[in-house]
Amino acid sequence: MATVTLKPTKTPTIMFEAFNITPDAFAGKTPAQIAALEGREGKIKVTIGDFFEVSGSPGATAAETDIVIAGDCSRVKYIGNKMTAGSITVNGNADMYVGGWMKGGKIHVKGNVHSFCGIGMEGGDILIDGKAENYVGCAYRGDWRGMKDGTIRIKGSAGNDIGTFMLGGTIIIENNAFIHVSTHAEGGTVIIKGDVEGRVGGQMVKGDIYILGKVQYMLPGFKKIEVVEKEVDGVKGTFDHYIGDLGERHPKSKGKEIFANLYVKAAA
Amino acid sequence: MAEILIKNGFVIDPTRKIDGDVADVAIKDGKIVDTVSSAAKVIDAKGKVVMAGGVDVHAHVAGPKVNVGRLFRPEDKLFKSPMAQKNGYRMESGFSVPSTFKTGYDYARMGYAFVMEAAMPPLFTAHVHEEIHDTPIIDEAALPVFGNNWFVMDYLKKGEIENTAAYIAWLIRVTKGFGIKVVNPGGTAAWSWGLNCLSLDDPVPYFEITPREIIIGLMKANEYLGLPHSMHIHQNNLGNPGNYAITLDSLKLAEGIKPKNKFGREQVMHSTHLQFHSYGGDSWANFESKAKEVMDYVNQNKGITVDLGCVTLDETTTMTADGPFEHHLNHLNHLKWCNVDVELETAAGVVPYVYDKNIKVCGIQWAVGLELGLYATDPNRTFVSTDHPNAGPFIRYPRIIKWLMSKKAREATLDTFKYKDKVIDATNIHSMDRELTLYEIAQMTRSGPAKCLGLSNIYGGLAPGMNADVGVFDLNYKNMPSDPEMIEKAFLRAACFIKSGEIVVRDGEVLGHGHKNTIWVNVKMPENPQVMRDITQSFTKDYTVGLSNYPVRDYLAPHPFVIDVDVEA
Repeated sequence: MATVTLKPTKTPTIMFEAFNITPDAFAGKTPAQIAALEGREGKIKVTIGDFFEVSGSPGATAAETDIVIAGDCSRVKYIGNKMTAGSITVNGNADMYVGGWMKGGKIHVKGNVHSFCGIGMEGGDILIDGKAENYVGCAYRGDWRGMKDGTIRIKGSAGNDIGTFMLGGTIIIENNAFIHVSTHAEGGTVIIKGDVEGRVGGQMVKGDIYILGKVQYMLPGFKKIEVVEKEVDGVKGTFDHYIGDLGERHPKSKGKEIFANLYVKAAA
Repeated sequence: MAEILIKNGFVIDPTRKIDGDVADVAIKDGKIVDTVSSAAKVIDAKGKVVMAGGVDVHAHVAGPKVNVGRLFRPEDKLFKSPMAQKNGYRMESGFSVPSTFKTGYDYARMGYAFVMEAAMPPLFTAHVHEEIHDTPIIDEAALPVFGNNWFVMDYLKKGEIENTAAYIAWLIRVTKGFGIKVVNPGGTAAWSWGLNCLSLDDPVPYFEITPREIIIGLMKANEYLGLPHSMHIHQNNLGNPGNYAITLDSLKLAEGIKPKNKFGREQVMHSTHLQFHSYGGDSWANFESKAKEVMDYVNQNKGITVDLGCVTLDETTTMTADGPFEHHLNHLNHLKWCNVDVELETAAGVVPYVYDKNIKVCGIQWAVGLELGLYATDPNRTFVSTDHPNAGPFIRYPRIIKWLMSKKAREATLDTFKYKDKVIDATNIHSMDRELTLYEIAQMTRSGPAKCLGLSNIYGGLAPGMNADVGVFDLNYKNMPSDPEMIEKAFLRAACFIKSGEIVVRDGEVLGHGHKNTIWVNVKMPENPQVMRDITQSFTKDYTVGLSNYPVRDYLAPHPFVIDVDVEA
């Protein structure tokens, strides 16, 4: 694997929309060509070289290319946008849309990320060591096609609207989350290892949610049907199994209605 | 104003039966002329096709439901909104429901000069005109909807054609409208009671009038007034298997009516987006094309014009004043839905829709639209449309032209279908060898729609005295490309487009904002005291706005082109 290193040289005045920081865009290019790749700062066209010093060289293909950003990207959006292979490591924080619409490869952010991490994701892995803000693995505003595949793991906490319109894949929040989990989802799995305030699974059609902490306010559209033993992301436990959202339409399979499943860790 | 001379192009002008003759087109002061001075700016069109500006008879490009589509589909703009062309031009956003600026620019890039906004809710006319004004370059007009209007239903129930006509004349005048649009006659009004009219004899609740009576009454009122355009109808039972039967029944209602106007129009009914109305079968499982049956009837009856409403296999946004249909569609695809009731007048619904080539029904719909065009024996009465954005966005017109002109292109698309064999079984497209000529395409996109709208002395041709709207397309008439993609490419980005005597597009790039006009019809007839009393009473009793606030102010249509119609008492 060949590594390209981006060293931040200047903090963008307006957020830098760096949709070209991807192994796909970098593959087969020289550092000078990479520095010349386009981005946006507001309505102005800028380049990666305006904000980063580029060193090292990429592989011939995206899969053979690793990108390391040696510093803070708190004002850089769209890192790993639509990437298909290879890897990106950010040694600091990143702004919105990390791994948006990504199809494959790996992203590791060692700090925190802002909102829309893994939006519209179709494959690959995202690992965030810190916390995430809102809209982890959600659909774009207005869209009904959310995360389809891949894995997002947030080691810290997350905000609201996790997995909105999710269709597949897995989201793991290792700490607490706020409100709106898997709203409108039609597939996929969300695991929250901490507590959630509420609005879990609203208008959910299909898919699974596991809450290993507490849900402060349950939605009335979910009905408890059984108590089950489950192993979830390496943790064994007893869960109350709810189905829902009973107020939403549900597809039928072999004459039986398919509901979304919500597993909440049973009180000890 | 400058003089322009378009030299040595292959001129195609069906209004004068010119088919590919190498000739010059001269322009002066915004009009086509016989000759220009040597000072004229010369455009070399050698080896290229020269046609009049395109005329779109039916598209939803301005007004409240279009804006609802823009507002509730942010995803329609995602990754599809490039930065502005350069300084002085506006950003272009959206795909199926483009911004007003993108609408104007893209129509101009395709060489279109005139677009009819196909459904204007009278109460929200001010908004329609503001958006029309905000759409650069192209000339536009708008058709107010009448098919579910309480006044119309009241008068027609009593058989009062003259009063209906007087009301229509008043409404077209105060809304700066163009003609009579009818959407799901009676059905949209029935929707207020949670019902619909799926046959011509389903009575509308409370009004106790049937779609049949509304359609006949409005055709008679249209000819009583002698409007430039005929009654323009979106028929009942749109989009459902087996609806071709009611389509034929509705078309037959035109048989008893004679056209009466001073604008050279010969039809009394324009049946729009016929593709959505030409389905056989009685379920989605045995859904099939009845394009042949429908076109066989249309071909024999000069009193009818149609537009295709071709499905383009895109992700798009459906929007129509057919409120019950949109509710039905929402229950089929489970996507988001918006519904609006417009008091006393109409309703509207908006639902996104994905015409997926992996779905059998979508493939059949695609075939039906093209079959209608290929079965047409009179291209001057059959027009290219997508019912933008309902069956696809208008930027696909060049693709429809490609499909109509090339069997190879049709077969290539059929090959991409997941259920190709089932689509072939349910349609005739695979066995149809017809390939339309450029002359026929010019009839379907220029001379035909202009005549149908009663605008044939202004648009659709290149005769001296007509508007200088001229498109130059990079196609060699004598040596057409073997690759059909080149046809689409040429019509998507005109080599040059001159609108009202000004060069507005060159090599597909917009060069100016042109001189746009809003065209409206001023119907003059002696005041009808009974109708004026009814209107005054209804505005006092039923409407949420006052009568004095209802008419569109002149400043909202600052570049009017008014067509006067004198109605003899």
